[in-house]
Amino acid sequence: MIHFDNISKRYPGGHDALSRINLRLAKGQMAFLTGHSGAGKSTLLKLIAMIERPTRGQIFLDGVNLNNISNRKIPYIRRNIGIIFQNHHLLYDRPVFDNVAMPLIIQGYRRQEIHKRVRAALNQVGLLNKEKSDPITLSGGEQQRIGIARAIVHKPLLLLADEPTGNLDPELSREIMQLFARFNQVGTTVLIASHDLDLIKQMGAPAISLHNGQVEHNGLPYTAGTPVSR
Amino acid sequence: MRNSPPRKNRFSAYLGNHLRVSFASLGRLYVQPVATLMTAAVIAIALALPMGLYIALDNVGQLSSGWDGSTQISLFLHTEVKTREAQKLMQRLQKHKAIKKVEFIDKDKGLEQFKEISGFGDALKHLDSNPLPIVLVVHPKMTTNQPDRTSQLVKELGKNKLVELAQLDVQWVKRLYTFLDIANRSIWVISSMLAIAVLLIVGNTIRLDIQNRCEEIEVSKLIGASDAFIRRPFLYTGIWYGLIGGVLAWIITQISLLLMEDPIHRLALLYHSDFRLSGLGAGLTLLLILFSCSLGLVGSWIAVRRHLKEIEPS
Repeated sequence: MIHFDNISKRYPGGHDALSRINLRLAKGQMAFLTGHSGAGKSTLLKLIAMIERPTRGQIFLDGVNLNNISNRKIPYIRRNIGIIFQNHHLLYDRPVFDNVAMPLIIQGYRRQEIHKRVRAALNQVGLLNKEKSDPITLSGGEQQRIGIARAIVHKPLLLLADEPTGNLDPELSREIMQLFARFNQVGTTVLIASHDLDLIKQMGAPAISLHNGQVEHNGLPYTAGTPVSR
Repeated sequence: MRNSPPRKNRFSAYLGNHLRVSFASLGRLYVQPVATLMTAAVIAIALALPMGLYIALDNVGQLSSGWDGSTQISLFLHTEVKTREAQKLMQRLQKHKAIKKVEFIDKDKGLEQFKEISGFGDALKHLDSNPLPIVLVVHPKMTTNQPDRTSQLVKELGKNKLVELAQLDVQWVKRLYTFLDIANRSIWVISSMLAIAVLLIVGNTIRLDIQNRCEEIEVSKLIGASDAFIRRPFLYTGIWYGLIGGVLAWIITQISLLLMEDPIHRLALLYHSDFRLSGLGAGLTLLLILFSCSLGLVGSWIAVRRHLKEIEPS
């Protein structure tokens, strides 16, 4: 699903965020990305979501070389990805339903289909009764779940989450992680950046740990360079 | 692509999206009526001003259009010139390539005309002899009916030794036309400048709108919205501003015309004319609204081009 081939990222000003990263994440895999802050976790996710471009190397997403994707085509790549942020990026000027419906509206779904899918997504995160609420009135954990509903409403191939439990207490964090595990069970590839090592251990999914922009430990079942059957 | 909706629904969804976005943009304007009306009013005034000037000029043009073909040159001959000499001159002038026809007004006919027009008839009876000269009225050919060529002809005829005075009768009409021409051009200049002002107003308003909706744009980009999708609401907002501004401009112009109509009609009556102010016709109204909408669209396009690129997820 994701293949990093000798990826380096240097930000303007000379800071090396990532250097010589080789990774393969198989389709349907769930994995964690760990490391101290500044280790390059966010940068790695941004490269997959094409928020940043690598300085060197190639990234393949579902077999597509992202280096060959022009800026105009980026939206169509992103439509296959669900992204979840630590600060959930909800829009407070519209109710929960409209927030979750955004990816579907962007992709031109019909009204009935939008209603069906938004309800289904809200149901999956357990917040169907909140569809008419304003996001501002919800708790942090609920807002994060709305963010997740928005990320999965269009059934993406890949879920990326950047510190999704960063602001939540352990109980809520575990619930969120179990939610991700459920999406993984139905076939979605999931990559979660987190520094919560205890929680990661509980989840039992492999972890990649980054240190100063390099892979320190790769717990994935496939190592870089091994052919991956798809 | 796996996540695309079924193809047959694409087009109707696309149209539905346009409809939804256009009304959503209107809704956004509606919830801030004061700000919207202020922007629209500035646009309206900027459009109504050249519109009013244009209508005024158009009316003056109509008023004077009857005088167009009436250019004629009166040649007053010296009083001692005999009728036979004058007739010879007339025959020669009729062969002139710039002259269409020449009328001959002898002393008696001139006196008659003078009596009719001046109302001094009784007084003139007491004159011993006819003091009027022979007059040749020269009608220039229409092709030469242009201010500079006509005045050349006047000069040429004036040099003839039989002619005491060559006078272009409707020189003031020519001057009026020249003046109208200048006025016409200045309206174009003023209109262009005000159109640019409208572009800047709309552009600036849309720029603020983009800044206010920065987060929405960022999130939309992150979840795969194309540039066209993100641009669309702002372009519609621009069109709405243009439409509201255009309609307001029309209202302002109509009110001004109503205010002017009565006094102008009274003035016309004093000149024994039933001249009436002609206002904005349907065609001109449509043109005004279309022009206004396109200014709104172009203004927002400029802002969107410049500022949407600056907002990228990070």
